[in-house]
Amino acid sequence: MDKSLSWREYVITRAIKASGYSAIVFVALIFYFLLHDGLPALSEVPLADLLGQRWYPIENYFSILPLITGTLIVTLGAMLVAIPLGIGTAVFIAEIAPRWTRDILKPLVELLGGLPSVVLGFLGILILAPFLRVFLNLPTGLTALAGSLLLGGIAIPTIVSIAEDALDAVPQSYREGAWAIGATRWQTIWRVTLPAARSGVLTAVMLGLGRAIGETMAVMMATGNAPVLAVKLTSLFSPVRTMTATIAAEMGEVASGSVHYHVLFFIGLVLFLISLAVNVAASAVVFRQKKRAERVLS
Amino acid sequence: MKKNAFSNRVLTQRLGFSLLTLVALFTVIPILAVIAYIVAQGAPAISWEFLAGFPREGMRAGGILPAIVGTFYLTLGTAIFSVPLGVAAAIYLAEYARENWLTRLIRIAIINLAGIPSVVYGLFGLGLFVFFLRFGTSLLSASLTLSIMTLPVIISAAEEALRAVPQAFRTVSVSLGGTRWQTIRRIVLPQALPGIITGVILGLERAAGETAPILFTGAAFFLPRLPNSPFDATMALPYHLFVVSTQVPEMPIQIQYGTALVLIAFVLGMNLIATVIRSRARAKRQW
Repeated sequence: MDKSLSWREYVITRAIKASGYSAIVFVALIFYFLLHDGLPALSEVPLADLLGQRWYPIENYFSILPLITGTLIVTLGAMLVAIPLGIGTAVFIAEIAPRWTRDILKPLVELLGGLPSVVLGFLGILILAPFLRVFLNLPTGLTALAGSLLLGGIAIPTIVSIAEDALDAVPQSYREGAWAIGATRWQTIWRVTLPAARSGVLTAVMLGLGRAIGETMAVMMATGNAPVLAVKLTSLFSPVRTMTATIAAEMGEVASGSVHYHVLFFIGLVLFLISLAVNVAASAVVFRQKKRAERVLS
Repeated sequence: MKKNAFSNRVLTQRLGFSLLTLVALFTVIPILAVIAYIVAQGAPAISWEFLAGFPREGMRAGGILPAIVGTFYLTLGTAIFSVPLGVAAAIYLAEYARENWLTRLIRIAIINLAGIPSVVYGLFGLGLFVFFLRFGTSLLSASLTLSIMTLPVIISAAEEALRAVPQAFRTVSVSLGGTRWQTIRRIVLPQALPGIITGVILGLERAAGETAPILFTGAAFFLPRLPNSPFDATMALPYHLFVVSTQVPEMPIQIQYGTALVLIAFVLGMNLIATVIRSRARAKRQW
């Protein structure tokens, strides 16, 4: 082999390896910058204020509690919509639908996943909110409920595609075994296939949850932007403000380095840690299941 | 008695299947309805002036050319940074990496990158690119931010495409005296290319439709001209839709729907191209 070739090979191999590590570098960088600009908030705002009642930055009320409850209630509503619809659709696609229906449904659900969230927020303002206002007789339709319904739509594609993969991965012999001892297809789905795909379905739900918590534009546009403590179930029918929406709405107008700026980064840090926890938990479920499968098969 | 139990079970199954069919329809019909509605409402707004003109009268008239061009530039900028890096990372994972703790750490990092909320990417871009590196609120900062967000999508898709190439291809190339890189460059990459391109387009599609990461890193409310350097701020379709639907009072409804239509045409057009490439490559594949 001539020398220039092996030298080029060396450089390229180095470059490829360096790129391989890039994901770690970026996660570390993101974490660093959130810490760097977010942690000062803890010394600038007393903890009691940070967990107080009001978010009103102009008068130095920096309680992130209303924003956290806002995110919680909107996400809860979204999951109530997305889990049954998502898993139901996944079961339908994987177990019931004939081939041609499956070939139409799968790309359609992917299409929903590809719709920009700002488009859903736009329709939330123009169609969903006015409908909810009239239908439920509310003072305004821009409520946690509107945000929940849109977020449900955003979480569904994630849940469907991952849950459907999990159902698809259940060996056909499991189903055949159940049929052979006289179970109907319906019984097989509930007592054999779904339990066998349990961990994948759980992962699907968790990743859907992660998407819902992190979603920004649709909730910012449709939830009415009122940072009030949402602790009752009826808060679902009033305007709220989520953590993501607060960052998006206010970051453009704050001075870099101000208290407000640091608190917004601190909220970003909290969101980052939540998504970290959700994703690590989701991959731990997959990992455990793999180990169990290896044990069973060996 | 026995017959009764059997017919009960069949009845349950029938009910259950009908219910799940309804659930699936309930999920899918709104998707079609939403797209059809935007097309129907937005189509009358589409004209040459709308697509190729500049906004006038506080954006209440005229066209959205700067937003279309801006989204095109942002997508291109994102591709320039994320494609080489993402494909190289995928090559590393598929062809070089051994199963050890470092590789597991890389995979965890990729999963986490994919899960970070888009607005947090916006904060990161603001901290690193806009302020620390002093790129300012610019096309460059926004593209870099979107690139990092797109990276996990591209890495995962490209790795899957590379792994799908049968091992025999590599064995033959190496047995003929090819080095590892020659094998990857001449044999594996060309075979995996359609899969990689599909993944790249799907990743860029997401970047093109995102608003939150560019809000404070590069998006401009209004620009009277097109951006002519990477250090200029830029208008963008998703941000423009946000602006015309929430920030400008007395906005003609037609312009709002027209903007939404152009945005979904842009994004779903990319989706369609990816789907076509995928199915064509599958039909042509010899392994």
